[in-house]
Amino acid sequence: MSDFKPRIVAFVCNWCTYAGADLTGTSRMKYSPQVTIIRFPCTGRIDFMLLLKAFANGADGIIVSGCHPNDCHYSSGNFHARRRWIVFRALLDFLGIDVRRVQFSWVSAAEGAKWAQLVNATSESIRQLGPFSGFHRLRGLGVE
Amino acid sequence: MESDKKLIGRSELEKLFSQWQSQGTRILAPKKNNDTIDFALVTTLAEVSLDQVQTVQSAKTSVFPRVEELFSFTSRDGRVVIRERDRNALPATVLFGVRPCDAAAFAALKAIFTWDSPDDLFSARMEKMTVIAVSCARADAYCFCTSVGGGPGATAGSDMLLTETGPGEYLAEIVSEKGLMAVGETSGLRPCPANVNKEAHLAKLEPAFAREKVAPALARLFDDAAFWAEQSLRCLGCGACAYVCPTCACFDIQDEGGGSGQRLRCWDSCGFGLFTLHTSGHNPRPVQSQRWRQRLMHKFAYMPERQQVLGCVGCGRCSRACPVDMNILEHVRSITEAKP
Amino acid sequence: METLANIARELLAAGTVQTVIGYGHGSGEAALTRTHTQTQARAVFIRDVAKAGSLIFDASCQQNLAVYLMKPEVRRLGKAALVATPAALRTILQLAAENQVSDHDLLALAVNGQGEVALLATLAAIEAHVAALDNDLKPGEIAELQKYAALDLEQRRQFWEEQFSRCLKCYACRGACPLCYCSRCTVECNQPQWIPVPAHDLGNLEWNVMRAMHLAGRCVNCGDCSRACPVGIPLHLLNQKLISEVLDNFDSRSGMAAKADNAMSTFKPDDPEDFIR
Repeated sequence: MSDFKPRIVAFVCNWCTYAGADLTGTSRMKYSPQVTIIRFPCTGRIDFMLLLKAFANGADGIIVSGCHPNDCHYSSGNFHARRRWIVFRALLDFLGIDVRRVQFSWVSAAEGAKWAQLVNATSESIRQLGPFSGFHRLRGLGVE
Repeated sequence: MESDKKLIGRSELEKLFSQWQSQGTRILAPKKNNDTIDFALVTTLAEVSLDQVQTVQSAKTSVFPRVEELFSFTSRDGRVVIRERDRNALPATVLFGVRPCDAAAFAALKAIFTWDSPDDLFSARMEKMTVIAVSCARADAYCFCTSVGGGPGATAGSDMLLTETGPGEYLAEIVSEKGLMAVGETSGLRPCPANVNKEAHLAKLEPAFAREKVAPALARLFDDAAFWAEQSLRCLGCGACAYVCPTCACFDIQDEGGGSGQRLRCWDSCGFGLFTLHTSGHNPRPVQSQRWRQRLMHKFAYMPERQQVLGCVGCGRCSRACPVDMNILEHVRSITEAKP
Repeated sequence: METLANIARELLAAGTVQTVIGYGHGSGEAALTRTHTQTQARAVFIRDVAKAGSLIFDASCQQNLAVYLMKPEVRRLGKAALVATPAALRTILQLAAENQVSDHDLLALAVNGQGEVALLATLAAIEAHVAALDNDLKPGEIAELQKYAALDLEQRRQFWEEQFSRCLKCYACRGACPLCYCSRCTVECNQPQWIPVPAHDLGNLEWNVMRAMHLAGRCVNCGDCSRACPVGIPLHLLNQKLISEVLDNFDSRSGMAAKADNAMSTFKPDDPEDFIR
């Protein structure tokens, strides 16, 4: 398990977290390379189905990150997202899907260091959880 | 071949089960799981449930699974390599404990899957399957096999039919070479004495409508939009009826996996609005009443006309499964009774 | 049940409504292969005064008839009087809140377990009637949710994996749900294919998660999804779980008012966020 390198998909908003991750780079801060960043206009735009798609296509962990409350470029997208994630997490947990595999966060454009720390911490916790094979094997036919 | 009649006890049946097991044949039979009884893989007779009138789902899954791989593909450097499904790898199967209506349904499925261009995956599954049916001692209010040419003790479609003539004692009618093969060298089968009266052990079910009247009545009613609207007002347009039906054979084709993956066949239903939706946006059956009409026309008019077989075996599953009590027997009867 | 038939006759005779959507006798005995509550009653659409006598109301009348308010063929019949259980009344309000029905479309004949009928001619009257009811999950329903919550994660996963493995993707749950009225459902979005069509493990999980999520903050707990499921998957548990989450986190109940924000399309600045880093 020690050489397991988790695949992490990060769904981030364009205005805060994406810019924050940019700052991490321009500040020459290193962080775990296991993350694949997908840029969205807003966390409010991130459909819960996209998270399931990421898992189905091989992700072991997911980061969803956007602007801090009251900082949303569209004023309320992140508030709507927050409600969605509250309900979605509860549903996943009820279905027996480990919610520790989805890390939600607010990272502003000025928080380059926080982004690096978030990715590293998430990588480490997902590495400890191991591959999400329970979900990945759902891609098989299962019936017949 | 001429039907061969034997008597067989439960202990001999158990021996048959272990015989099939040792040959590597998989056995599909009705099995209780929580609150529902459905076809599942079993290894012993003790696991089989035979007291129910019907399973929820039909036995068509044995030859027409709800999802199956047709072939797989890989794409590399602009070239696509297709790997056909290995027909020889399909398992030999004994389908045990189906009702005579389900056994009869294979004729309808066969008519569809071998019509025009034969479907070799379906045919391979059929060929490798032995059907051992068990007669019905009971029928319920939804059963109407006798109205569509079947019966609680009919042998059509079976390789062997068992009728319970006493506790743990069965009359076995071996009606095909496959049935003979399934019995093999098993000892303990006794010749059937002349005084065994099969009819006395069968459910009594009077025909509920005259089936020769259905197709002409449907032809007459085809354009009567008000009639169909009235028939289907409470229909919700789900696919429950089609998916539990032993003869419904519509399917969809899906490619999964992107550049490398599988081509899958999965069930579909004419009850869905999307079923006939054209790419242009036009839908020739835009409302549910037309889809309901299609369901009945297909089973009772188009199939007899084109394939010389009814698309309904009277198992009653669609009526039992319907969330809003669309009862096919009642609807067909009202069609035959509609005033010209 | 004379009162229900009498009210229906008067409404039809006076031309107040063109159809009464109610319950009539269904077909025959309870199905032997199904163990969940088998509805013996069925929906009837009474347009003729002479047929009003066939309306019934008893314990078997459980279907949420508000599902028919969204059906084009039924809407075409004109203004309807809907025989409505408490769940159906809340459905009407939820549909109104989502701008799907208005006072012009219907009036409700509220029925209860005691066989009493109340004629509710406006959405405001329905609101007043619903406000007096107990609209929360019953103690037994909460206990059942707690039973699953008490299982460990892997037990829950196994439970739902087994349940969903039986799903046929027949969409009876969708068809029976009065709040699943989209003319084009997500499962029908196929360019690209959004939810896998086949009823395999992934397709079934994605479908059921999607169904539950799209009903979050909207479901009124009528239970028709579970009653409709031919293979007996306890779908209502998913909805009830989200009903309790929406109530606990957002203090919100669906189907209480004809003009209301949907819990999932609004927010409060101080919604819980202890899970956000």
